[in-house]
Amino acid sequence: MAAEHKTKLSKNLLHMKFMQRGLDSETKKQLEEEEKKIISEEHWYLDLPELKEKESFIIEEQSFLLCEDLLYGRMSFRGFNPEVEKLMLQMNAKNKAEEVEEETVELDVSDEEMARRYETLVGTIGKKFAKKKRPCQL
Amino acid sequence: MAAAAAVVAESLAGYRARAARAVLEQVVLPGEELLLPEQEDGEGPGGTGERPLRLNAGARSRGRVVCGPGLRRCGDRLLVTKCGRLRHKEPGSGSGGGVYWVDSQQKRYVPVKGDHVIGIVTAKSGDIFKVDVGGSEPASLSYLAFEGATKRNRPNVQVGDLIYGQFVVANKDMEPEMVCIDSCGRACGMGVIGQDGLLFKVTLGLIRRLLAPDCEILQEVGKLYPLEIVFGMNGRIWVKAKTIQQTLILANILEACEHMTADQRKQIFSRLAES
Repeated sequence: MAAEHKTKLSKNLLHMKFMQRGLDSETKKQLEEEEKKIISEEHWYLDLPELKEKESFIIEEQSFLLCEDLLYGRMSFRGFNPEVEKLMLQMNAKNKAEEVEEETVELDVSDEEMARRYETLVGTIGKKFAKKKRPCQL
Repeated sequence: MAAAAAVVAESLAGYRARAARAVLEQVVLPGEELLLPEQEDGEGPGGTGERPLRLNAGARSRGRVVCGPGLRRCGDRLLVTKCGRLRHKEPGSGSGGGVYWVDSQQKRYVPVKGDHVIGIVTAKSGDIFKVDVGGSEPASLSYLAFEGATKRNRPNVQVGDLIYGQFVVANKDMEPEMVCIDSCGRACGMGVIGQDGLLFKVTLGLIRRLLAPDCEILQEVGKLYPLEIVFGMNGRIWVKAKTIQQTLILANILEACEHMTADQRKQIFSRLAES
């Protein structure tokens, strides 16, 4: 008798993941779309005309660092504090080096040398993985 | 009558904005509006609204112009907020329209992110130090913000010590925060400033003048005797020399430099060099 009267399952239960595994992909998509519609209708939005955001070419900065190239704040003269004097050279040189745009990378090994070495290297490593066994000559 | 009144009203209220380029190195007052170079063509002599044809039509998409301290953005123009001389710096690498700023004079410091300042430790509470930097609130400095500091290895900082550090957070809504390391974790000369020496206060403009790359004052001072100076962008200078008398002389010279002309300065230095 239980088979005649089908228990009506609630909508929430039907929307649960384990109940949806048996559905086709189409029914799944439909269900998802319905849910999205409900959610988007509930979302609040401003009923204003779309304002075009003006792209501004002006940036505001409150710092003087951009404006003037200032030296490093710690200074020492005539050897009073050798560490600070070293720092002075380092930091002021860094400021000047940043203005230099191109930097050439120094090569330790020349290109030709690298190509030669690589050529022989490929051979030696290749032999290790060669499948054919070399005959052992006694 | 009505026409005259209208003209007067226009001249008072509708003061025509000047071109920034025309006002460089001149004194500007708060409330003035400045036009950027690309805009003044449209408002030039041919006021019919026609833009003169330009070969570089892509000039409208110019690089970004930076408005520095003393200036604010007001639509497409710059609004002056401090009185002083208007300065401009051309962009070095070619991108951007350069920097405009107002060279003003003031004694009150407002914390700005990235500035190196000298602070005095006023309190030690838990994990942070409260450091007085001359702003509206004391800045906070975490004990981990020193080179080589860990939870076990705490830095040796006492109340009353002088700290040279930089701001990482500094805006009008939050308490300023400073650190004594750079982004790589190295000290770079920041941290506790050593014993002895003298701390005194000068105007902010003088600090910037002294830290300019071609400052004669510092070159002359450096020839007098061995000494060490630390400049904080908050108007504080710390000096140290071998004897107390030398330190005091140095402090007096730097304070007086503000109001002396170059000749007076040279006189004083030559007198010092003799003695």
